[in-house]
Amino acid sequence: MQTVLSIAIDALAYGMVLFVISIGLSVTMGLMRVVNLAHGAFAMIGGYLASYATRDLGLGYAPAILIAVVATAIIAVPIERLLYRRIYGAPELTQVLMTIGITFCVIGLANYAFGPTLKTIPLPETLSGSIDLGFRAIATHRIFAIVCGLIVAGGLWFLIERTAFGIRLRAAVDNAPMAAALGVRTQLVYAVSFAVAVGLAAFGGIVGAELLPVEPYYALRYMVTFLVAVSIGGAGSIPGALIACLLLGAIDTTGRYLAPEYGEFFFYLAVIVIVTLFPRGLAGRFK
Amino acid sequence: MKKFLATAIATLALSVSAQAATIKVGVVGPFSGPFALQGKNFKAGIDAYMAVNGAKVGDNDVEIIYRDVPQADPAQSKALAQELIVKEGVQYLAGFYFTPDAMAATPILQQGNVPMVVMNAATSAIVTKSPYVVRTSFTTWQTSTPIAQVAKDAGVDKVITVVSDYGPGVDAENAFKAGFEKAGGKVVEAIRMPLSTNDFSPIMQRIKDSGAGAVFAFLPSGPTTLGFVKAYNQNGLKTAGIKIFAPGDLTQESDLPALGESAAGMQTTFHYAVSHDSPENKAFVEAASKAIGNPAELSFPAVGAYDGMHVIYKMIEATGGKQDAKKAVDAVKGLSWTSPRGPVSIDAESRHITQNIYLREVTKGAEGKYFNKEIKTFERQGDPGLAAAK
Repeated sequence: MQTVLSIAIDALAYGMVLFVISIGLSVTMGLMRVVNLAHGAFAMIGGYLASYATRDLGLGYAPAILIAVVATAIIAVPIERLLYRRIYGAPELTQVLMTIGITFCVIGLANYAFGPTLKTIPLPETLSGSIDLGFRAIATHRIFAIVCGLIVAGGLWFLIERTAFGIRLRAAVDNAPMAAALGVRTQLVYAVSFAVAVGLAAFGGIVGAELLPVEPYYALRYMVTFLVAVSIGGAGSIPGALIACLLLGAIDTTGRYLAPEYGEFFFYLAVIVIVTLFPRGLAGRFK
Repeated sequence: MKKFLATAIATLALSVSAQAATIKVGVVGPFSGPFALQGKNFKAGIDAYMAVNGAKVGDNDVEIIYRDVPQADPAQSKALAQELIVKEGVQYLAGFYFTPDAMAATPILQQGNVPMVVMNAATSAIVTKSPYVVRTSFTTWQTSTPIAQVAKDAGVDKVITVVSDYGPGVDAENAFKAGFEKAGGKVVEAIRMPLSTNDFSPIMQRIKDSGAGAVFAFLPSGPTTLGFVKAYNQNGLKTAGIKIFAPGDLTQESDLPALGESAAGMQTTFHYAVSHDSPENKAFVEAASKAIGNPAELSFPAVGAYDGMHVIYKMIEATGGKQDAKKAVDAVKGLSWTSPRGPVSIDAESRHITQNIYLREVTKGAEGKYFNKEIKTFERQGDPGLAAAK
């Protein structure tokens, strides 16, 4: 029983970290319909900025997160204006080629600017220890990641489903010319959503840095996992992404505990089964 | 214009033939991509050696030609080695970070009349693939065996092994098991985890549930070691008194700034620590730091490359610059010298390096930087892996 509980907690924490990092990608892929392979690159930029802010500028954890997320979103604005705007609605292959190109550029720049070694984001005293749950200890940071995941999920759901901006975004996505004719400034809506998605990527990169350490190849190393989480959840669906991440976290963690020598066999087996049963993901928004 | 060009080409050709005594050394390694740091260390070691000892052996100039294999890619490695021998006319092949890359190039050595000096690849069997292979790095067996004795001496009887599921990980598991059982201990469980593992919490739970008093771990240096060591601390294994033993791959100098406090007190065995206290190492670290640019990036492949160059220089000396692989390799069999890592020699039979293995503890230095402090020496260790394979 203890073991089961223990695995459940690990699964929840891992799934939430996965969710925080992947949800931004779900927004770009599902709502804006851009296959954004540079998502990992943006998450990495966020991680680097936070690491720089804490280690070199001596800022605290909270202000560092804020600065890094905002700065990454600001970096994303000209990139969206100059590059991404050209590929909205373009064939997937074009999108893939351009975004993977951006990824390689970012890897090269990060390697040049920060060097090839690992960068850490020092945690504040309150988050760095572990909490004794009675039957086991868990890193305080994991609890923090779980809470962050819940807040992000709730906030984003509210933004998209319950605000005027969310309505405009959904309208612009479903039928851009019609939305524009009705007075929605679609380009602005796209720019803001893109910045939000990138900000989420950066946030995920920072919060997840304890599990997925920041180094130049971060941008490519974990991209497959993020893409899997999004496609299982159904691109664009927040509840879908949440369920998918928790499910994948559970399968991965259990598999790793019971039979680590099988590697990621169970993880990908589950992916195959789910994609076969739900080709659009668990809660795909688009047909 | 045409005439000018023709003269230019003629002079160029002349100057090339005038420098016929240039001996080329082809170095294959990862100089771009995720492992570029290791390639950079190769280059730093080679540059450091040539800065200290000059770029000339007798009357012969030494020229290094680099070829890039970003990730383990045997086909590419073989193609580049062939190109180096046939087109560039190299007399020596060196480098090789990954075992498969080194293995792939061994079949062409005899025909090409070229010795190969392996500066990193750490699987025991490489030296058996061709009589022209000499290795100046280490093997995973060599660095993992002594830690078994350390674990036993620390009063631990039951150990669980946790390794990354690939060649060197399996080597480390076997080496530790052999050493620990010989010392009278018992390995209660052996876990192999996929290389791509990010979340080590479930593994830590397994370790706890196994009832072992200590864990032996092997992971390749880089991003995963950070997650592993942090998970070890945060899941309460450290406070529960479960000790951790590992070869030095887990506490590489290039990872230590990131590992920091969480690795403090960790004991590992390895053949080289940048902090090694000797005049030879001081000179090496100074020259290599200059070559690499950022001293924090300096780690073990640099010393393998440095000693590799020493062996190549000795080979060139012995052959007088003539291409004769057999004579060159015979000349360095049994060669012994003082390396930055301590006294070393090339074993005459296996052509692998015999060296001291050090037990180190991660310690906070005077300036608040963490380093591997050597606390015990296992002298003149050969490669137990070769004996085990027979």
